[in-house]
Amino acid sequence: MTTERPPERTRPKRKRTGMRKWLDPLIVVALLLGLWEFASVRFGIPEYVAPRPSVIAECLAEESGVLLRNLVPTAQASLLGFAIGNGSAILLAIGFVHSKRLERSVYPLAVMSKTIPTVAISPLLVMIFGSGLTPKVLIAALICFFPTLVNMLKGFESVTANEVELFRIMSASRREVFLKLRLYKSLPYLFAALRIATTNAVIGAIVAEWIGSADGIGALIVQASFNFDAPLLYASMLVAGGYALLFFGAVGVVERIVLRWKPMGAVAVAA
Amino acid sequence: MTQLEHSEVATDPGTRPALSLSGVTVEFESDRGTVCAFRDVDLTLRDGGFLSILGPSGCGKSTLLRVIADLVQPTAGTVSVLGSSPGAARTARAIGFVFQDASLLPWRTALQNVALPLEIRGAPRGGRTPAELLELVGLAGRENAFPHELSGGMRQRVAIARALVTGPRLLLMDEPFGALDEITRERLNQELLRIWQDTGTSVVFVTHSVPEAVYLSEQVLVLHAGPGGVRALRDIPLGYPRDPAIRDSPEFVAVAAELRAMLG
Repeated sequence: MTTERPPERTRPKRKRTGMRKWLDPLIVVALLLGLWEFASVRFGIPEYVAPRPSVIAECLAEESGVLLRNLVPTAQASLLGFAIGNGSAILLAIGFVHSKRLERSVYPLAVMSKTIPTVAISPLLVMIFGSGLTPKVLIAALICFFPTLVNMLKGFESVTANEVELFRIMSASRREVFLKLRLYKSLPYLFAALRIATTNAVIGAIVAEWIGSADGIGALIVQASFNFDAPLLYASMLVAGGYALLFFGAVGVVERIVLRWKPMGAVAVAA
Repeated sequence: MTQLEHSEVATDPGTRPALSLSGVTVEFESDRGTVCAFRDVDLTLRDGGFLSILGPSGCGKSTLLRVIADLVQPTAGTVSVLGSSPGAARTARAIGFVFQDASLLPWRTALQNVALPLEIRGAPRGGRTPAELLELVGLAGRENAFPHELSGGMRQRVAIARALVTGPRLLLMDEPFGALDEITRERLNQELLRIWQDTGTSVVFVTHSVPEAVYLSEQVLVLHAGPGGVRALRDIPLGYPRDPAIRDSPEFVAVAAELRAMLG
């Protein structure tokens, strides 16, 4: 019995810090919302400028069907774009590692794809592919592509001189150096890029929906703003934000599972 | 004995020297012209022997070790490892290397790190298993620990086990305990002597610590700080096994003082 005391002593402490981690920001948010609600009533701020939190909450509940129905195509486009954009970036980075010639000839094109603003290229894609799923997926993919490519390359190159020497002393082939060293070295960089890519993919899908789409959160935002429907605008914003947060969190969970060997630390990110 | 006529590496101990250098010179090209790391190093290490390379930082002792390991090509001179070229010795897996930072792969457990060389070239006949080697270096029970869960000294033990897993005849160590605290370093010095005697491998040990070189070695090669070569090759007149208390003996103190004087 007495031997079990140390774990008992440490456990409540850990729980309290875990709860406090969530409790403190929640208190701040609650206070801000309360202040907003109070100020709206007290100073008579018109609803189209800033609807009261209670009105937005009401709208969220009443329009939940519409909101969720429009979230589906946005989520679809961002997920597909995320998969295609990151997938092609990873494959291209692997190609670059194996062929300097491929890197020399294709990398400038990849840089160019980044220099053209997504917002500028979106109308073009909508014009070519219509208002369906395709332009949305392409824009989401395009926006994810470059940061992942750059990070993946940086990860592959992040091997130390000692690691290279270690593999040389073992007489490892290029393939073994890639599979047993470079691939693992790239993973923390990949996940740093993927976390950025989640929110970027959602932005890409919404931007595409602004320009021309019959449905989706982006279309709903445009529609609500034309109708001066501020509560619906805020509600759409919250739904898009909540979805992006879930997406971001999901990648974080996968990262913690895949990189369980790594004490969680920051990795420099090239965006 | 040191000719290169045999492409195969001798695996039977005692017949040839583990290592033989003659006139080995390394020069680097840099912005300010040619820089000489060291010149005309001659050296013979008996099979099963223990040699330390002692010198201040920047004297080229790590470079010399890398010449033996076939990681750096000498500008001039010949190197013979167990009667073969360093390259042949490396591909025959006769060389084990321990880095100053353990250079463990952080995504692999201790056991998986030790097993890495076997994944690349298969297990040698009659060799010790990774688990047996972890036991040899005093890490039984920590097989599944990740490097970040181990102390600096433990990580270096794993690195030694990894270097030994192919059953090398020559173990090269580049300041392996340089980053450790004094207490851990002295304990690992003692353990290294035990491992050396247990495995029968020859050791070349690079260090900038005089007591470490004296405590471990049969012979100490002292290198210059500036461009140059061997200042001295000194035999250490102490028998094995060596007890840690030997550090306080008059013989030990005298040899250490002599080496320290050579370093200037």
